[in-house]
Parts: sequence; structure tokens; C-alpha cells
Amino acid sequence: MESKHWLLILPILLPLFTAAISVVFWGKRRLQRLLSVAGALAHFVAAIFLWLATLDGTVLVTPLSNWAPPYGIVLVADQLGATMTLLGAMMGLAVVIYSLRAIDARREAFGYHPLLHVLLMGVCGAFLTGDLFNLYVWFEVMLLASFVLLALGGERPQLEGAIKYVALNLIASTLFLSATGLLYGLVGTLNFADLAVKLRDVPQPEIVTALSMLFLVAFGLKAGVFPLFFWLPASYHTPPSAIAALFAGLLTKVGVYVLIRTFSLVFVSDPHFTNTVLLWIGVLTMLFGVLGAVAQNDMRRILSFHIVSQIGYMIFGLALFTPLALAGAIFYVVHHIIVKTNLFLVAGVVRYLQGTSALAETGGLFRKKPVLAALFAVPALSLAGIPPLSGFFAKLAIVRAGLESEAWIATGIAVFVGLLTMFSMTKIWNEVFWKATPEDANAYAKYAVEKPMPRAMTLPILALALCTVSIGFGVGPLWNYSQRAATQILDPTIYVRAVLGDESAAKLADSIEREKLAKREAAR
Amino acid sequence: METLLAFVIGLLFSMGLYLMMRRSMVKLLLGLALLSNAANLLIFTSGGLLRGRPPLIAPTEDKLVAPFADPLPQALVLTAIVIGFAVLAFTAVLLKRAYQVVGEDDLDRLRSTDI
Repeated sequence: MESKHWLLILPILLPLFTAAISVVFWGKRRLQRLLSVAGALAHFVAAIFLWLATLDGTVLVTPLSNWAPPYGIVLVADQLGATMTLLGAMMGLAVVIYSLRAIDARREAFGYHPLLHVLLMGVCGAFLTGDLFNLYVWFEVMLLASFVLLALGGERPQLEGAIKYVALNLIASTLFLSATGLLYGLVGTLNFADLAVKLRDVPQPEIVTALSMLFLVAFGLKAGVFPLFFWLPASYHTPPSAIAALFAGLLTKVGVYVLIRTFSLVFVSDPHFTNTVLLWIGVLTMLFGVLGAVAQNDMRRILSFHIVSQIGYMIFGLALFTPLALAGAIFYVVHHIIVKTNLFLVAGVVRYLQGTSALAETGGLFRKKPVLAALFAVPALSLAGIPPLSGFFAKLAIVRAGLESEAWIATGIAVFVGLLTMFSMTKIWNEVFWKATPEDANAYAKYAVEKPMPRAMTLPILALALCTVSIGFGVGPLWNYSQRAATQILDPTIYVRAVLGDESAAKLADSIEREKLAKREAAR
Repeated sequence: METLLAFVIGLLFSMGLYLMMRRSMVKLLLGLALLSNAANLLIFTSGGLLRGRPPLIAPTEDKLVAPFADPLPQALVLTAIVIGFAVLAFTAVLLKRAYQVVGEDDLDRLRSTDI
């Protein structure tokens, strides 16, 4: 097998391998922990190599079992897919190291480490696949692992949260599956590239648009967009923070990634309609997410609502569908994965120190743990969009794209939501770090502050905070990279040429040209 | 045949969603089972129904003669059945455990994680 094929397969195979070996050593806690860290490290290295291989704009394609596309399943890595895989592996590594201290022995004994790697496999599979049904399978791998991780430990809130999470996600899966079946009935293929070519020749494009709305509901629920996000704030604050951090960073972003992929490549039958729908979904997601956060009084619940609100910005960027907006959306995803994971990790340390994350019972951490306060400030200010941190440039790009597209109301709301985000972050800062430890706090909260922070927990937080700062100060290279990735996304012929060859790409280019001509005629 | 199955699928979907909107945990589980089967039947039907035309090369021929049933939707359905089974088994265990811990099978009373 050629070495370039290994690049694509390893990010999926390595976590599977790690999980399988850890299962063999069930009950041997130290060995499992060692394997888990080694596996996550190897995964990260494999993802870096994949990312480097796509850096010059090549789109890597691997037909599995050597079945030539469109008949077999293909793995495809363009710049967006490779970047997401890299971030997935990076968050995986950070959370695995953090878990060494943050996850109790009981959860570890019940297979925490193997499950975490299965989750990473599902996530990376979803980022790299080039086939719709295969995407469904990766979604289910990811979901099953996340179901168990969410319920692991069996505390009452966890189980209640898990029921809501499971029920709503399974409805989304059913819709996804049904829509996939109908799409296959319509065009007889499920390969992304092949779909991109064939869906343009469907005699009734209205059916494709209707199907795309089914997919929008299915993917939108996973991404946590308005009005489908209610499972997210009901469940994400219940598991231990290490698990919540991984979910917060990666799972909803898989939904966003798939929306970007499908609505730029496959479902382009009526871009005006779909983009308008996406635009308002994005705006309402931002607004209702942030309003939900304002009403909360628990650090982890506030952060959960902010996941929803930030997803709105990415959908907004996708909906505008200009080169600037799409580059902004990609930049936003990169920034958000790092920042959000980090905030949940900080929330975990707060909980470790004070035994709670309810704002009323915490306090005094700024005096006792100034380093932690600083480590919270970096991702929090970045989330709110304060220069020179990464979030400022992400928001700047999206807002500027909104103004250029003359979406005045939507852009206005985006700016307003940024303000409310700042308000939420200030609230956490005031209550958790700035104010004195409340008099009526439980004895544990008062005295536990004195205990040292475990290095395994602070190290990943520090590393991710450094990432945020360095993205902020070295914004140029990453911005250029996002623009190149967006160019790849905006021109579907690049993807199709890589997967199916020149002939299909030429055919696709032809039909795009014809559509443009027809539109110009209609405009006259 | 397609018309009949279309009605069956529609019925399964509506029954599944109706059950999921009831308050009992057991009905939630039954609803999920019906929904996943409805989706499986939908894939099966939308792949086109053909009777007695397996996609096999007859001993007298040297290639496949049209019309033949499309094997791909059936492979997809098989995968989906396996996944659906695993998910359903997990949900059954989760609901049982939740019932033991909460002592309640009324979904409307699982409110401690909201607000």
C-alpha cells in the first residue's frame, strides 16, 4: 500500500487499536492509562502528518479495499477535513492527559479510556469520510461512545441528561438514515463527489431541496442549532468536566463540519433558499444560546449555553457563503474548538478545588489561585472576542463578511451577542474568581481551595491557552490558511477531480457554468 | 407493493413519534424501536422492489442480466439494523438504570437537569 493511504487510515485506525488493546487489559488501571496517553500521542502525530500532507492544497483520496469510487467507500482529506482531524486529535490528547487526574478510579475501571478512543475514532472518521452512509456509521460510532461516556458513573443528573441526549440524537439519526435512503432512491449513489455531479442533473431540483432540509434537521440537531439545541444544555453539564470538555469541543463541531461539507458540495440545488434558512437559523441560534446563558447561575451551564450561541456564528458564516465568510467560519471553528475545550477544563479544576461549579457557592479563587484565574481569562476573553486573542479575529471576519453581504440585522445581532458573551464571562469571573469565598459556603469549598492544583490538569489548560494566544498574535498564517481552505470548499470541482477524476470534474464545471448562464438569463 | 409499504412506513413513523411523545419511559423505548424500523423499511423500499431477481449471475450467462435487485440498499439496511439493535440495547439498559435511580418512569418528572 502506498504511504499516502496510511496517512488517511491511521487517524482512524490508531484510536481503534488503542481502544482494542485497552479492552484486553481490562482492570489493569495503570497499563490502560499508559496505553491511553501513548495512543493519543500517536494519534496526534499521525494527524499532524496528514495535515502537513494537505498543506499545499492536495486533496488526498483513499479508496477502501481498492474499490474504485464511486462504488466503494472513500476516505478524503482536503484542508478542512485534515484541520478538523488535527484538532480532534489535539483535543483528544489534551483531555487524555487531563483525565489522568480528573477521572475517578471507578469510571476508569468501567472502561473510560477505551470509550474515549472509540469516540475519537468516530469523530475522525466523520471528518475524513467521503460517503454519506459511511458518515452515518461514524456518527453512530461517535454517538454510542458518547452515550456511554455521558452516563458513565450513573449519577442521577447524568442519567436524566443521558435520556434526553439519547432520545433526541436517535431521532436525528433516524431522520439522517431516512433521508439517506430517499437520496439513494433518487440518484443511486451516496459518494459525496458523485452526488455533487449527479444531483445537478436531477430533473426536479425541488425534491433535492426538500431532502436537504431533512438533512439540515438531522445535522442541525447534532450541531445544536436553534430550535433543536435543547438536549445540549440539559446534558452537557452533567458528566465530569473532562468528558464535557471533549463533547463541547468536538461533537457539535462534527455537526457544523458536516453542514459546511454538504451544503457547499452536495445540496446546492437552491442556494438562495438554503442559505436564507441557514442564515436565520444561525442568527437565532446565537441569540437564544446567549440569552439562555444569561439566565444561568452555574459555570458549567453557562458554558453549555455558550456552545450553542457560538455555533450560531459558524452557521452564519456558512450561510453568507462568500469566500470571506467561509474562511471566517473555518477560522471560527478552529478557534472555538480550542477555547471551548479549555473553558470546560478550567471549570473542571474549579470543581476539583471547590466541589461545585454553582456561582453562588464559589469564590476567592483569584487570591488563592492567580494562575488559574489567568488561565481562565485567556479563553474567556477570547470567547467574548477581545483583541488580540483568537476570538476577536474570528468574529471580525464573520461580522465584516456580514456587512459586505449587507445582512444588516443579522450582523447587528452578531455584535450584540458578542456583548452578552462578554457579560456572561464577566459574571463567571466575578463570581468564581474575584469575590471572596462566601461565608455560608460548605466547609469543603472553603478549605479545598488550599490544596494544590494537579499538574496533569493544569498542563493541558496551559497548552491550549498558549494556542489561543499564539493564534491571536500570529493570526496571519492561520487566516491565510483558512482562506485557502475556504477556496477549496467554494470550488467543488477540486474535490470531485480528486475523487472521481478529470472527466467528472469537467462535467461538473460544465453544469455549474450552465447554471450561471441560466441565472444571468433569468436576471435579465 | 411500493404503495402498501409507503403506508406501512408512514404508519410506523407516526406510531413511533406518538409513542415517544408519551410520558412513559417504556413507550419511549418502543417508539425508538418503531422509528428505526420505519427508517430501515424506507431505505429498503426506496432502493426499488423487485421480486425473484437476485443480483446473481445465472449459470447459463456470463454477466448480470437486467433487471436485477439492487443489493446496495439491502447492505445498508443490514448495517442499519445492526447499529439500531446496539443503540436500542443500550437505551433499554439506560432506561432501566434511570428507573432504578430515579424511581420514576414519568419522563416529565426528569427535570433536575433543566433550569
